[in-house]
Amino acid sequence: MALKQEDITRIARLARLELHPGEESRMMNQINDFFEIVEQISAVDTSNIVPLAHPVELLTHIQLRLREDIVSEADNRAANQRSAPAVENGLFLVPRVVE
Amino acid sequence: MSFIHDLSVTEMAHALKTKTIGAVEVAEHFLNRVEHEKLGAFLSHNREITLKFARNSQIKLDSNNGGPLEGVPIAHKDVFVTKDFPSTAGSKILEGYMSSFDATVVQRLADAGCINLGKLNCDEFAMGSSNENSAYGSVLNPWDTSKVPGGSSGGSAAAVGSRLIPAATGTDTGGSIRQPASFCGVTGIKPTYGRISRYGMIAYASSLDQAGPMAKSAQDCALLLSAMCASDLDRDSTSLDIAQEDFTNHLNSSIKGLRIGIPEEFFGDGLDTDVRAAIDDAIEVLKELGAEFVRISLPKTELSIPVYYIIAPAEASSNLSRFDGVRYGFRAKEYTDLIDMYKKTRSQGFGEEVKKRIMTGAYVLSHGYYDAYYLQAQKIRRMIAEDFKVAFMKCDLILGPVAPTPAWGLKEKVSDPLSSYLADIFTLPASLAGLPAMSVPCGMSLNSKPLPIGMQLIGNYLQESKLLNVAHMFQSHTQWHTMIPTESMIETKTGDAQ
Repeated sequence: MALKQEDITRIARLARLELHPGEESRMMNQINDFFEIVEQISAVDTSNIVPLAHPVELLTHIQLRLREDIVSEADNRAANQRSAPAVENGLFLVPRVVE
Repeated sequence: MSFIHDLSVTEMAHALKTKTIGAVEVAEHFLNRVEHEKLGAFLSHNREITLKFARNSQIKLDSNNGGPLEGVPIAHKDVFVTKDFPSTAGSKILEGYMSSFDATVVQRLADAGCINLGKLNCDEFAMGSSNENSAYGSVLNPWDTSKVPGGSSGGSAAAVGSRLIPAATGTDTGGSIRQPASFCGVTGIKPTYGRISRYGMIAYASSLDQAGPMAKSAQDCALLLSAMCASDLDRDSTSLDIAQEDFTNHLNSSIKGLRIGIPEEFFGDGLDTDVRAAIDDAIEVLKELGAEFVRISLPKTELSIPVYYIIAPAEASSNLSRFDGVRYGFRAKEYTDLIDMYKKTRSQGFGEEVKKRIMTGAYVLSHGYYDAYYLQAQKIRRMIAEDFKVAFMKCDLILGPVAPTPAWGLKEKVSDPLSSYLADIFTLPASLAGLPAMSVPCGMSLNSKPLPIGMQLIGNYLQESKLLNVAHMFQSHTQWHTMIPTESMIETKTGDAQ
């Protein structure tokens, strides 16, 4: 099942990407090439197989560890905002979202 | 006459401790090389900062107070964030990004005494097998500058392979330490998933990403790995809660009677004849050292390609959603509203391969396709891990090629990215299972400009010591890891010798 132009447009919207026409068709062809080798996975019998999300699960009984919900880092706002594209009074600036 | 850059990490640490050489002298020697390098391996370096680190190291050395690696220079793949150097992950979207903290790996190596020489080029967000996906240009293979260095840790491999620097860090998601190590003739190890903290490692695919050292020998890797591995329980939810280990302790152990598995799927039709011959020779060397070889099967090897290229992009599409032009890095100049700003920022900031993987990931996670692709891939991922479990009942470790061929030509696979996905076939299975694996130089191709060939050793969980010992024993009886490209191939200025 090959992806069509409208599928690429839909996925790009989901991924918050804007593709140029040339880029879009190149990407469609490359993704479709890739899905040709993906199709073989549907032939594998995986009934009764539990999905493996994480290799840690193979090593320990705890799948994911949670830490105590306590403050662990000091406020470091100035350093953390050093590389932000637009900042004012310690706040991130974004285009107006509420009129 | 020997040069500082000919010393191993082990020898250099010793020479610094016994004050045969000084930390500043060492740092200057390597800075001179780095500043003149023509391979495109470095993305940033800063003489002043590195020399400041070196002077601090010398103070510790003078009071006999240094760490195990005190004064030894290292450089980091640009996916590790650093306070003192920009961290770009090879992407335009993070151009000029300065982190407010050091990655745990960077911090641990600094605590052990390592001097930071700067940051190394890599495929954008570690997505690639040739380093050609970097937004800052390709890295050249020091053995033949018309070839790729491999990827994604291509800058790390080229810099160590050309002896620009003694050691580097890399990261491996689907082979990104092992394959460039193989292409550039260096030794590299990806430990068991969870051994090394991922805190401060810019994420590509979180359930696969793992850091590791790349150096001139297994002995050097053992020393570096000992400093890098430690639990980081509060900062990395997948960090393993296990005691620290000195991986140099078991080097030089006899490998007599050790059972090494040869997976038949790793020796099929697509394997280059020079690679095959080099692996066969390596097997003979290990046989003479007393190892026993058994045939094994890893039946899902070929399926690891679609499984990996579904799971990794799925995780990437989620991880890379944080790059929105708000909190860090690049923001598009012109846009109409917030959504348009996200779209334009991401479209202009990401390269094409990264966009393609985000798209693929978003697709396999989307409604109606999740079960057929993402969940099915995760189920086969478990079957791949099970295959290894069965294989390790018959053997102590597994040996095969790292890659089907030596380094390919620059631009050779750019128009056909699928062909480079297929070339990842031998490194992906261990990544999906989370097993430790390494690349060890074991031969050279018969090209007019010979290219290095690496053998892959895959161990059972937490068996890094065993891998490193086998590699060390092999290197104690072979010379492949000591071969270096000629200076003319490195194209560094000749005045940099001390």
